[in-house]
Amino acid sequence: MLFYSFFKSLVGKDVVVELKNDLSIHGTLHSVDQFLNIKLTDISVTDPDRYPHMLSVKNCFIRGSVVRYIQLPADECDTQLLQDTARKEASQNKKK
Amino acid sequence: MAEEAEQPTVATVEEPFDLVRLSLDEKIYVKMRNDRELRGRLHAYDQHLNMILGDAEETVTTVEIDDETYEEIYKSTKRTIPMLFVRGDGVILISPPMRANVG
Repeated sequence: MLFYSFFKSLVGKDVVVELKNDLSIHGTLHSVDQFLNIKLTDISVTDPDRYPHMLSVKNCFIRGSVVRYIQLPADECDTQLLQDTARKEASQNKKK
Repeated sequence: MAEEAEQPTVATVEEPFDLVRLSLDEKIYVKMRNDRELRGRLHAYDQHLNMILGDAEETVTTVEIDDETYEEIYKSTKRTIPMLFVRGDGVILISPPMRANVG
């Protein structure tokens, strides 16, 4: 749930989603679900020469499983909070 | 387990994930599928090995065959991303904090 909550806190921010087929999509994070499927609005493809068919697409839903990376706005990430939450989740998972 | 319940953050490695937990806020090396490697500071992870790396340097290694000599030419392309979420299903291995002699 760590990353789900984290991405929910990033809704409205600009991200770059890099897919496993090397397509990179820049857009505004609209929503996210528990599978880390994501909806982006106002998208643009970082390499439009290679993917001209994406030029007309303005919004998209990305299945979580095809994501390789998501580039995040560094100044919006509370790294201390992330680390504390990761430690908390690690100890919770141990108790199970 | 019982005697350690009061101090869950004690620095012992009982299971593989402890190694990852102890690497939080440290620079780690991640080997990824498709000949990709990452080096960066680990800020968060979960049980799928989804991760957030700070100041991540990605190295992509590609092989080209020389047309005449059929030599394999390895090319590595590097780039740095200030804050990067990495999806766990592409991860092959994680190596804990780098010391001066490696990486």
